[in-house]
Parts: sequence; C-alpha cells; structure tokens
Amino acid sequence: MALSATDNVHRLGRVASWLATVAVTLLGLVALTFFIGRVIPIDPVLSIVGEKATQEAYDKVYFALGLDKPIWEQFTTYTLKLLQGDFGTSFTTTRPVLSDLLTFFPATLELATIGLFIGIVLGVPAGVASAYWHDKWPDHLIRIIGLIGYSVPIFWLGLVGLYVFYFKLDWVSGPGQIDVFYVGIVKPITNSILIDSALRGEWEVFWNAVSHITLPAALIGYFSLAYISRMTRSLMLDQLTQEYVLTARLKGANEFEVVLGHALRNAAIPLVTIIALSYGGLLEGSVLIETVFGWPGIGSYIASSLFRGDINAVLGGTFLVGAIFVFLNQLSDVLYATLDPRTR
Amino acid sequence: MSTIDQATIIGGSAARAAQWKQVVSFCRRFSRNPLGMFGLAIIVILLFCAAFAPWLAPHDPYLPNLQARLTPPGPEFWLGSDELGRDILSRVIYGSRLTLLIVGLVIVTAAPIGLFIGVVSGTYGGWLDVVFMRVTDVFLAVPKLLLALAFVAALGPGIVNAALAITLTAWPPYARMARAEALAVRNSDYVNAVRLAGASEMRIIFFHIMPMCMSSVIVRMTLDMAGIILTAAGLGFIGLGAQPPLPEWGAMISTGRKFIFDQWWVATVPGFAIFIVSLGFNLLGDAIRDLLDPHLKARI
Repeated sequence: MALSATDNVHRLGRVASWLATVAVTLLGLVALTFFIGRVIPIDPVLSIVGEKATQEAYDKVYFALGLDKPIWEQFTTYTLKLLQGDFGTSFTTTRPVLSDLLTFFPATLELATIGLFIGIVLGVPAGVASAYWHDKWPDHLIRIIGLIGYSVPIFWLGLVGLYVFYFKLDWVSGPGQIDVFYVGIVKPITNSILIDSALRGEWEVFWNAVSHITLPAALIGYFSLAYISRMTRSLMLDQLTQEYVLTARLKGANEFEVVLGHALRNAAIPLVTIIALSYGGLLEGSVLIETVFGWPGIGSYIASSLFRGDINAVLGGTFLVGAIFVFLNQLSDVLYATLDPRTR
Repeated sequence: MSTIDQATIIGGSAARAAQWKQVVSFCRRFSRNPLGMFGLAIIVILLFCAAFAPWLAPHDPYLPNLQARLTPPGPEFWLGSDELGRDILSRVIYGSRLTLLIVGLVIVTAAPIGLFIGVVSGTYGGWLDVVFMRVTDVFLAVPKLLLALAFVAALGPGIVNAALAITLTAWPPYARMARAEALAVRNSDYVNAVRLAGASEMRIIFFHIMPMCMSSVIVRMTLDMAGIILTAAGLGFIGLGAQPPLPEWGAMISTGRKFIFDQWWVATVPGFAIFIVSLGFNLLGDAIRDLLDPHLKARI
C-alpha cells in the first residue's frame, strides 16, 4: 500500500517533535552538569589548582576556564564544546575525558549487558510463574527473593560474595577483570576483554575473564531479576484477569498456550520497554559494584575521579550516562510504538 | 468521602470522631497484614535504638581501644570490634540515629518541594507547566546515584550535603505524581465551587488540592525510604557521605572492606543493619500502599 502524502507529513511531524524532545532534554542535561561544575562550587578554580597555588597559576586557570566572561557566555562555550565531543581534559590522567570514557566504557557495558541477560532469562519466567500461581507458595517465594533484592545494599552483597565464593569456596576469581598474569596478552579490538580474547583465540585468557566476571555479573543480574520479575508479575496479573484469557480457556486451549501464547504475548510489549529502561539503571548500579570489584569501568573511573577533585571527568561521565538514559527512554518509546499494533 | 462531607456540615467534634473511626479502621486492617506488621516492628525497633542509644550501647561508639582492635564476636564485644577497637554493636546502634537523620532530612525537603512544584504545575498549566515538567524530566533522565555523586562532589562530602544531594534527586517523582492528581481535580465540581465562593488560587492549592495528593505522597514516601537509605549508604561507602569517626553504616562497611577476608564481621554487621532496615521500610511501604491505594492492590 502506498503511503499517502498526509501520512508522510504525520510521520515527519512525529520525528521532528521526537527530535525536539531529545534536544531539549539533552540541553537540560548540559545545563545541569554546567550548573554542578561551575555554579555550585564556591570557587571552581580552587578545586583545580588547590589551596596553596600561586596567584599566577590561579589566574591562568581562571582565564582558561573563561570565568572572567559572563555566565551565559560560559554556558554557550561549554555547550558548543560538548557538541564537538570536547568534555575537557581530565586533570588526573591528562587525557581528554572523552577518550578516557571510551576506554573505560566497554568494561561497564560488558558487565551491565551480561547482568541484564541474566535478569531477563530468570526474571521473566519467575514473574510469569509468580502471576500464574498468584498468592500460592511459588508467588510468595519469588516475591521474597525480589524483595530481598530491593532491600540489600549491592556493594555489601558484593563484599559478602567475595568472602564466600572467592575466599572461602574459591569458586570464582577475585577483584579485577583478569589475573595480573594475563594482562596485556590480548591486543584490544573492541576493548571488551571477553570478546577480544575470544576473537583472538586466547581461550585461557577468556576463561580467566569469565571466572572474574561471574560474581559481579551475577550480582547485577540478581538486581535486574528482582526488578524484572516484579514488573512481569504485575503485567501478567493484569493480563490473566482479562476476558480473552477466559475465552481462550473455554475454547479448550491448554494452559501453556493460554499463559505463554496469549497473556505473555500481550504483556511482552510494555515489558520490552520496561527492560530497555532498566538497562540504564544497571549502568548506574555498576558504579558501586565496580568500586567493590575493582572493575575498570566507567563507574570506578567516576568514583576515583571524585576523590581527586577531577570535576571534568565526573561531569563527563555523568553526562555520558545521562545521555544514554535519555537515549534508552526514547528507544523504549519507539519500541513501544513499533511493537504495539494499535499505535502503528 | 460522604462521611467527611457530612462531618464538616455537622461540625467539629463529629468530624473528629469520624476521622478517629477512619484511623482505627486503618489500623485494624493494617494489623491483619503480617508482613506489614513485621516491617513496622523493624521500624519501631530502629526508632527505639535511635532514641535510647546511650542506654542500649554497651560501649562508647567513639572511644578507641587499641588493645582490643579487630576482636572477633565474643562475650566482650558481642558483634566484634573494628580496627580501632571500637565496639561494632554500639556503633551500629548509634548509626541508627544517622540513618534516621538522613531519611528525615530528605523526606521533609523532597516531598514538599515535589508536591509544591507538581501541584502548581498541574493547577496553573500553560507555560509554567511546560517549564516545570521539562526540568522534572531532565532530573528524571539522569541516574539518581550518579547525580547525587556529582552534587556531593561539587558541594563537598558530609552527611548534610549527602542528604541535600539525595533530595535534589528525589523530588521529581513527587512532582509528577502531584501534577497528575492536581490535573484530575482542578476542574472538579468541588474546586469550582470553592473558586466561585471566592477562594484565592493559593488557598485552593494549599487547602483543596494538596490534601487530595497526600495519600499517594505518603505511600510514595514510605516506599522511597528504603531507596534513600540505600543511596545514603552507597554515598557513605564511596566516602562521600558521613565522615569518620561518625558511625554511619555505609562508611563502616567502607572501612571494614579492607579486612573482609580476615575479619569478616567489621563489614558484614553494618551491612546487615542496612539490609534489615531497608527491608522493614519496603514491607511497611507495600502494606500501606495496599491499604491506601486499593486499585493498585492486585497489581504489584
């Protein structure tokens, strides 16, 4: 069927308003990081040069930051620089923040992706089972597991996990991404150690990396599971009480088909968007997990920059993760619109 | 609803009696929820510990005793001692005060700010609504812990700054919720009646729209508390919350981290306290939500 002109106009309008939303939110994000970095600190120069700096050094930084200019001009410069991918220079690594972020990001992505995968594989079936046996013992059990996941401090669970599974039982490797012995063997391709070692055929390194990632990924997976199973349960409960389910049952469809073929298929649409959103939360949760496990990701980069007063690095990291959040938000909207036949 | 309307017509004492009746029925229904009661018991114990810390703690939480450093749990130190020989049990008991302080500070600031912004936004509409909601969206778009981290980095570490940073990340959901409620009631008959009677917009907002948002705000607040405790503990763990020698639970885990393999109790005990308290708030919040939001009951 050929698209009519009005359809195209509608579609263009939708894309335009979508782009405008993204642009406004991103600009707000820029304003927020600018505000945190330049307005809240009483003297941004002092946080860079330290209190014992000479007047000369102070002035140099003062003018380099453009603090002599009016605040709106500072903001415009800041925004324009960000647009060009210039997040400033990290005071500690003396490299551009963007290239630092790109080096550290794959490790975080690796962790969050495997965590999300675990969360989906276990969380969706758990949520379905919980809704199906509503108020019976499987439901109570799954809800309690989820509730514990909501209540436990993730960094503490990481420490306890290290104590039990690494120190006592020796099932997994300790902190870090790989053993010191293997560092530098694999030449980076994607900067993700799992993918790189597999691509280069270094299976010994690969299995070492697997035993390092197991525990932190399992923990992130657990938190993801707690969230996804709760959401799946609630969506499935909505579906299972509806009349079409009763109709399907009356027509003689077996339970398997009713639950998975009918109810889950309808619950899947909002579920996909919820999962897309939770991915951002996992990136954030990795800040604490990475600190515990000495994982060389964006979370430990931000945390260690905090202590060195490296505000450029902190704000760059915050902006990057924030931008990913905005992107995921929009992605989930788009996914919803494409998956739901009613909005097509 | 009808009981309240009648009560206002009849007058003060009857109104109070009706309210009392509602409170009693709420308590009765609440007491039938075992998990909710369990959560409530945890919170009551927490409040008790905070109130009577000096009498409950067997040792001074700040006084170092280097001869007894890193003692395992035993008759002298029930839950062991830390790297300066301080009793961990006493520090955990005193730490309950700091936890309550942070939660209290965040709740009394974030909820009113969010409520005000949301209600004003929903009632007035127009460009004010657009601006407020865009700002809210931006705050919602940034991950909470990261935003709090960046704020504390700019403000400087400390317990009050940590609470302030959490507040700045915690208000947007309240604003969203309050706006939705305000939109729903701003053109309802009773609001129009008050408006015709000559009430000012401010009076309408504060006395006739805000009270309608209260039950959902209370539910949200109890459910939020567990999250606030976890975020505060996370900030403390990274080293940006309460500073030593304050016995804040997250900071205690952070120092205990160095000894996790040989002296497991230093980090494990305060973490367990965080877990129990946030579990308590979650259970309590779930139970209150079930009671105040009946249409949500079946869902989560």
